[in-house]
Amino acid sequence: MAKGMFVDTSICTGCKACQVACKEWNGLEAEPDHFTQGPGAPYPVASNFTGNSYDNTGKLSARDWRHVLFIEQINSRRTASRWLFMSDSCKHCTDAACLNVCPVEAIERTDLGNVIVRQDKCVGTKLCNKACPYGVVRYSEKTRTSHKCTLCNDRIHNNMGTACSKSCPTGSIQFGEVSELKTKADSRLAQLRKLGENKANLYGYSEAGGLKVFYLLMENPAVYGLPENPVVQQRRKLSLINKGGAQLSAFLMGMVALIRFRERGGRKEPGAEPGAGE
Amino acid sequence: MIMGSNMAECHPVAFRWPLKAKTEHGAVLMHVDPRFTRTSALCDIHAQIRAGSDIVFLGALITYVINSSRWNSDPFFKEYVINYTNAATLVNADFKDPDDLDGVFSGLSGDGKTYSNASWSYQRNPAPASTVSEAKTFTDLLLQRVPGRPKTDMTLQDPQTVFQIVKKHYARYTPEMVERVCGCPKETFLRVAETLLNNSGRDKTSNITYAVGWTQHTVGVQIIRCAGMLQALLGNIGRPGGGILALRGHSTIQGSTDIATLYHSLPGYLNMPDARRNHDSLKDFILTEAVPVSTSYWGNYPKFAVSYFKAQFGDAATRENDYGYHYHPKITGDHSHLPMFVDMMDGKIKGFLCVGQNPAVGGQNARFQRKALAKLDWMVVRDFYETETASFWRNSPEIKSGELKTADIKTEIFYLPSACVPEMEGSFTNTQRLLQYHEKAADPPDDSRSNLWFTYHLGKKIKALYKDSTRERDWAIRNLTWDYEPEPAEVANWRIKDEPSAYKALKEINGYIWKDKKPVPSFANLAEDGSTVCGAWIYTGVIPEEGKNQSARRQGDNWISPNWGFAWPANRHIMYNRASADTKGNPWSEKKKLVYWDAVSSKWLTPSGDGIDFALTKAPGSAGKDAGIGFDWLGGNDPFIMRADGKAWLFAPAGLVDGPLPTHYEPYESPVNNVLYKQESNPVAKVWKIAGNPYHKVADPDYPIVISTYRLTEHYLSGVMSRWLPWLAELMPELFCEISPELAVDKGIMNGEYMTIWTARGEIQARALVTRRMKPFVINGKTVHQIGMPWHWGWQGTAQGDVVNNLSALVADPNVSIHEGKVFTCNVRAGRKGGTV
Amino acid sequence: MMNVTRRQFIKISAGAIGAVVATETAALGVDTAAVQGRALSVPIKTGKQVPSICPFCSVGCGQIVMVNDAGKIIGIEGNPDSPISEGTLCPKGAATYQLVMNEHRWTKVKYRAPGSDHWEEKPLDWAMDRIAKLVKETRDANFNEFEELPDGKGGKAKKRVMNTYALASLGGATIDNEWNYAQQKLMHGLGVVYVENQARI
Repeated sequence: MAKGMFVDTSICTGCKACQVACKEWNGLEAEPDHFTQGPGAPYPVASNFTGNSYDNTGKLSARDWRHVLFIEQINSRRTASRWLFMSDSCKHCTDAACLNVCPVEAIERTDLGNVIVRQDKCVGTKLCNKACPYGVVRYSEKTRTSHKCTLCNDRIHNNMGTACSKSCPTGSIQFGEVSELKTKADSRLAQLRKLGENKANLYGYSEAGGLKVFYLLMENPAVYGLPENPVVQQRRKLSLINKGGAQLSAFLMGMVALIRFRERGGRKEPGAEPGAGE
Repeated sequence: MIMGSNMAECHPVAFRWPLKAKTEHGAVLMHVDPRFTRTSALCDIHAQIRAGSDIVFLGALITYVINSSRWNSDPFFKEYVINYTNAATLVNADFKDPDDLDGVFSGLSGDGKTYSNASWSYQRNPAPASTVSEAKTFTDLLLQRVPGRPKTDMTLQDPQTVFQIVKKHYARYTPEMVERVCGCPKETFLRVAETLLNNSGRDKTSNITYAVGWTQHTVGVQIIRCAGMLQALLGNIGRPGGGILALRGHSTIQGSTDIATLYHSLPGYLNMPDARRNHDSLKDFILTEAVPVSTSYWGNYPKFAVSYFKAQFGDAATRENDYGYHYHPKITGDHSHLPMFVDMMDGKIKGFLCVGQNPAVGGQNARFQRKALAKLDWMVVRDFYETETASFWRNSPEIKSGELKTADIKTEIFYLPSACVPEMEGSFTNTQRLLQYHEKAADPPDDSRSNLWFTYHLGKKIKALYKDSTRERDWAIRNLTWDYEPEPAEVANWRIKDEPSAYKALKEINGYIWKDKKPVPSFANLAEDGSTVCGAWIYTGVIPEEGKNQSARRQGDNWISPNWGFAWPANRHIMYNRASADTKGNPWSEKKKLVYWDAVSSKWLTPSGDGIDFALTKAPGSAGKDAGIGFDWLGGNDPFIMRADGKAWLFAPAGLVDGPLPTHYEPYESPVNNVLYKQESNPVAKVWKIAGNPYHKVADPDYPIVISTYRLTEHYLSGVMSRWLPWLAELMPELFCEISPELAVDKGIMNGEYMTIWTARGEIQARALVTRRMKPFVINGKTVHQIGMPWHWGWQGTAQGDVVNNLSALVADPNVSIHEGKVFTCNVRAGRKGGTV
Repeated sequence: MMNVTRRQFIKISAGAIGAVVATETAALGVDTAAVQGRALSVPIKTGKQVPSICPFCSVGCGQIVMVNDAGKIIGIEGNPDSPISEGTLCPKGAATYQLVMNEHRWTKVKYRAPGSDHWEEKPLDWAMDRIAKLVKETRDANFNEFEELPDGKGGKAKKRVMNTYALASLGGATIDNEWNYAQQKLMHGLGVVYVENQARI
């Protein structure tokens, strides 16, 4: 019953509809880091031009749960030209490092296999940020918790696909049963190989115990900044606690509760933000 | 073949379909474009050509096709071309090609500014004896003036046949010429040519898709025509998977062209009365406009025209007063966008209604246009945000530079907030001629109102001011029928109770019987005796009966989806679809079956549910009546029913002001001389040699770089509907200029840093985006650099940047007055404008 | 005009109906506290679903506008029934919600008097009356019943024109067909010949 997404980068047009649809559904505001308010200006203005092809958002963040990569591969004589696009997000690893390392069990896997950060439990240790081999989970100073793609947890538990896959104009992002998606991915890879795309490969069948969100890539994973062999941190520290450290565990949880109490006192209710830019 | 369009970026969801064709059916996608774009990235072949060299490329494709052994041996092409195009028609012996006249056609006036098309006409048989002795109606008048049938040579051997003229005209358009003029390797061109030819024929069709990459040239109409000729020669018109797809820019730009808010056109492509032509009376107007086209479906012109005037003036429009024709305005020249601003600058225009458009950013030579706004007495801007047009008087670059002073600007300005689409109901016509209705989901906030509300209530107020006038000049406004009052049920659930009825307006567009107000189901029901009103005859059928709105139908299928919305005309989705069957009426092939003749029922049929764009019972091969008009004149093998000869035109004897055949001219501002002809640029291009609009010379050493302007996926046009949205602003935050590493090195420009771009019209700065997707071209032995700039930015909104149109000039296509934004010349340097880094 | 099948709406919200409570947009997805961990029932925003068309380019993608009980638009996404778009949207279409619900949107009438350096807020009725009056004044002072024009034979002739060159109308390609019809009708009724839209851009 595991749900997931197959991202066929060979038909991605780099349009970024997925980025916006994600924000629309999940009520995520534009990343404040992308805007600057000049002196005397009536409102902040976007200032995040990067010069890196058509990518101006750069990376995943607490408010950018999706990010489209642009890779220009054009030789100086222009006899071989390729512009690769890849829409990236949380991969919902079967062996999820973020979930493994969270000391307060704020990161959970639901019955559909997606991995979510529970905002009511997260205390902002940032351990998950460091542990994620893909740089997905990101801490927000505003909420003092970590955030990432939920695989549209609310939608998928109500028989709807993810917002990004629904919006995707070319069907590059497909949502469904992981096993069915794999069948599709296999046949698409075979089709591309037949057309002479020898470098085409599938990423995410085995990495991190298998990714629920996996990719058909046109180049080696490294070209897209994906680790060939992602290292997944395990639940070592916690298992130690579980085995013999009941006291330690109780102490840690107490600390956590204290931090939380203190932090909550000094800020708005976390549920109210980040909000849609109404 | 996508050419003159960046489909994946500018029409991303439409691109879903070609991509599906590629991944699921093995279609080959080709992109012919000056830049390597997100469209090129997804295509199998990318042919990179210099901006403005399209006709050389397309002309060479024509030459390749008609000289190929396949085209000359496959009987499909012969049958289609001889019967369905004007290839066999004989042209007037006086006609002279640019090859004979140093680059111009016969008929150029002494001052070289206009053409007479007399020598481009067909050779004709004598006119038939008329069947009407005494003309009682406008239709009778047309029946008295039916021209003789064009002469033909079905062997195509006569040197005056269109085919021979076309063949000769393009003989010098070769793969070698493509390499020299377009800067595209011969091998790449040949791959495109072979692919097109191999994928056209009985079993296969090829499609050509374009957008403003073709229109925004001084030869824009001719580029598109050239593609039309190619598709006609390949037998790709009127058939599923074929045709030419024009990707238009706005949600209902098609609708606003059909129901024209355009100076030259009345709704439904009737011509606007023009005091320079013989339009002195309604009879003169109809004879001038309809006689030359009476042997096409335009033979019904009188019915459409009278029904239009009746819709304007209702009971006041009578036969005796020419249905109010005398009181209707006549144009006296080109009153399109560019001359509008030229006249505004001259102080001729005093009051300006600017509704959902932002010329301060989107207008060519935008500095000129902004300065013209300052000459107005008053202006109304209707939009969602404080646009650059609305705010020009307080913070435009001209105010900041001191060129204009706020206190000196006497323009009285009104900003009226508009409702957004989900806050009102109404119909849009998309790029496929499909009308779709959107429902109202919420009331617009505060004082925001639909634009229909604005125009309706403004009209009511103006009519009230004129109600006691007895002056003849006020007859039209006093007698204008003006009733779109909502029914109580239409507004019962909403806060705004005086929102006019969009349904009533659409019903008037559709047309109805004046007496009993019953909608007419078809334009065939319209009459020339004043008994019917019809706002735009091509839309008739959208409300075939009271309460039934076909544009609000929402039942799709996997193909033509005849029950989703309403495609004009008469729910015909594929135009000229009679051509999808051969001369016997049989489908060209089982695979490409669409419309065919059913001998049992003696009818044309299509299982697809599409409307049939032909006379339903006119048998294939049947002869038309020489003395008839409309469908009577057309024969059973004349699929192109809107053309006066029923044929697809390889050669245009009429309708164009700059020549019957597309011919390569360099852009008005070009870095190189014309290799093909002595004539450099389109001799009859529209130019405005006035203060504030200087031009660059051909091969101007001060402006050696080609610039092309364009749009991105992440923004919309002048940015009013995207730059205020932080979600979109952060995706493309700032104006940038795409430039090749070769040019960047040459000019010392670093990626991501500021650079300055200037022309004789203006100077702007932008971030440099140095990319190999841009390439220097070698044109006729000389290196030509080209840069590209998206033009979405302005000084307002959450994404800001300089106005790219400060650079462009007022210069336009002579047929349709579309500016040449896709190619002009400029210069660049490193650093910010004004010399700072 | 709501002769729409409800079928299409079920596609996007099946399973949600009846079981869950509508919640505010801002809270969703981010605030997974509302998500009951591993529980099967996850609340989701729901509301009345109104079919619409994307306001941006000419492709005409179908949209569904979601409206809450208070009549407020709470979301806009693709209409899966549309044979044109099959539920998909581009980034602009996907951002339509922010076009409508935007703090920068100006929803009041603003007026700038001649020579003034600031906007003033004005009542809608006042502005409409003033504009109507200006239209009439401008037209009446600049109306042409006849004009000397070339007669086509090298000479000049007095031709009836019934127009004014002092008024101009620009725009329409993003506005409903019904408006375009009404606008051209009113402009022709007034004798305005400078009538243009974005079709030449």
